This record gives sequence, structure tokens and C-alpha cells, in this order.
Amino acid sequence: MSRSQNHAEPHGEHGDAHGGPHGSLRGYITGFVLSVILTAIPFWLVMNDVLGHATLTALVIMGLAAVQIVVHMVYFLHMNGRSEGGWSMMALIFTIIIVVIVLSGSLWVMYHLNANMMPSDMHRM
Amino acid sequence: MAKAAAQVPVSNGAPTFYVTEEEHEHSGGSTMLGFWIYLMSDCLVFAVLFATFGVLGRNYAAGPSGADLFDLRLVAVNTGLLLLSSITYGFAMLAMEKGRQAAMQGWLVVTGLFGLGFIAIELYEFAHMIHEGATPMRSAFLSSFFTLVSTHGLHVTFGLIWLVVLMRQVARRGLIEANRRRLMCLSMFWHFLDIVWIGVFSFVYLMGVLK
Repeated sequence: MSRSQNHAEPHGEHGDAHGGPHGSLRGYITGFVLSVILTAIPFWLVMNDVLGHATLTALVIMGLAAVQIVVHMVYFLHMNGRSEGGWSMMALIFTIIIVVIVLSGSLWVMYHLNANMMPSDMHRM
Repeated sequence: MAKAAAQVPVSNGAPTFYVTEEEHEHSGGSTMLGFWIYLMSDCLVFAVLFATFGVLGRNYAAGPSGADLFDLRLVAVNTGLLLLSSITYGFAMLAMEKGRQAAMQGWLVVTGLFGLGFIAIELYEFAHMIHEGATPMRSAFLSSFFTLVSTHGLHVTFGLIWLVVLMRQVARRGLIEANRRRLMCLSMFWHFLDIVWIGVFSFVYLMGVLK
């Protein structure tokens, strides 16, 4: 229903739906250069032990990975809020929510499980 | 539906209760969305494997740890190969949009070679680890490591098979609409695998080497 209404409108949407997402040479090069930088930094940090602090290094690595994932999404997968009438973005947001729940939930529960099990075992001994 | 009833076109004074206008032909439009949703479900598979590795990744069972096993130079080369294959696939897609079939096939060959290099180095790494006794059976860390990394490797392998099949189809039939759609699906698949690899090299290799 909403699709046919969208198509009835004289709007730029039609071209997108027809040929799929399009990239440009400029976009790919920009994405590639950014990715190389965002990959080189964490490898440099770890291989040369630049920061000298494991937790801090881990946080920086995760931050840079998150940024690089966004770069890939935008420049290589051409993600935006308009493709497929916004449904790609909806599916992506839904997936991200599930992934965050699964990852943080698993790590949180299992970490506390370990932490809570250890001392009680020690007491009994 | 209520909306449809409100906007019923009235012809000859009587409302019509059927679609008076044919829906446009969406050439591959819905296929791309469907494929995207497949990729998102694949993303959940990898999320579960990452969570498993996150939970078990430090249980070495007195065996070797990531710091003992991982050669970061090899991982860096692998990361570079996959990233290069991503951009060469991008170039292939640009050539496809311009209708330059020979150039596109050339870029696809380059992409396939980078992908093959990636798989070869990964298999070499696995063989080396297993030779040293770091098999999947050795510890929970190694079980989860092999499961996660080889699932990604299998995806790349199937991507390569798909790539060869598509190159053959393009060679036979040319850049017809169906082939363009297939090539765009593989493009999304290939870039998606590169995104998963970002998680693997950051979370598994780099953080595994940290003490």
C-alpha cells in the first residue's frame, strides 16, 4: 500500500529501488583510506605496546572497530535511512539491538556467574 | 485497508473494490531487501559465536593462550587482503554500472585472488596451530576460536564459489538484469564478511594478544 503511494510520487526514490544502492569511485576510495587508517592504528597500538595499559588499549581497539564498521556500512554497503523505504535501516537497528542484548547479556551473566561461584566453593573447602 | 477504503477510486459513480492500477515491476528491489534481512540473520549467527568466544575466550585449561599462538603480522596481511578484495569488488560494481563487462570480470578475478590468498593464509595458520598441538579439543578458548574464525572462513569460501559461478554466468549471458541483481547480492555478502572480519581481528586477535 505505502509502496505504491511512494511510487506514485514524482520523487527520486524510484531510481534507488530500481538499480539498488549505487556507489561512486570517490566513495569507495574514501572508505578504503579510512579503513586502512582505522585498521593500522589498532595493530600499531598492540604490536608496539604503545599505550602500555591493556584495558585502555582494549577500549581503544573496540572504539576504532565500531567506527570502522560504520565506515564500511556507509561507504561499501551504501547504508542510509532511505534505501528500501527505510526498511533496511529498520532491520539493521533491530539486529543491532539483538546483538547488543546477546553480547552484553552473555558476558555480564557469565562473568558474574564465575565471580559468584568461586568464593562459595572456597568457603566449603 | 481502512486507508484503501477511504481512497477508493470512484468510476462511473460507483466505487471499485479492486486494484485498478497494476503494481510496478520491482526489478530486484525486494530481492535486495530480502538479502539484507538474510545478512542480518547471519549477523546474529556471528553475534552468538562472538558471545561464546567472549565467555570462553580466557579459559585456556593450562594450554596455550592467544599471546602464545597468534602471529599478528599474518593477521595484518590477512586483514589487508580482505580489505583490498572489498575495494576491488567495489570497482567491479562501478564497472558493471557503466556496462563494461571485461573490466568488471577483471576486477572480479582480482577480488577472487585476494579472497583465495586470505583463505590460504588462514588455513596455513590453522595447520600451524594444530601442528603445535593447539587443536580445537585442547581448551574452551581454542574450541570457540576455531568455531568463530572457521565459520567466517567458510563464508568466504562459499563467497568465492559464488563468485566463480557468477563470473561464468556473466561470461555466458552477459550483464543481463538477473546477473546484475546476483552480483549486487554477492557484493553485499562480500562487504558484510569484511565487516565481520573487523570484529574478528579486533575482538579475537588483537584483544587476545593483550595480557
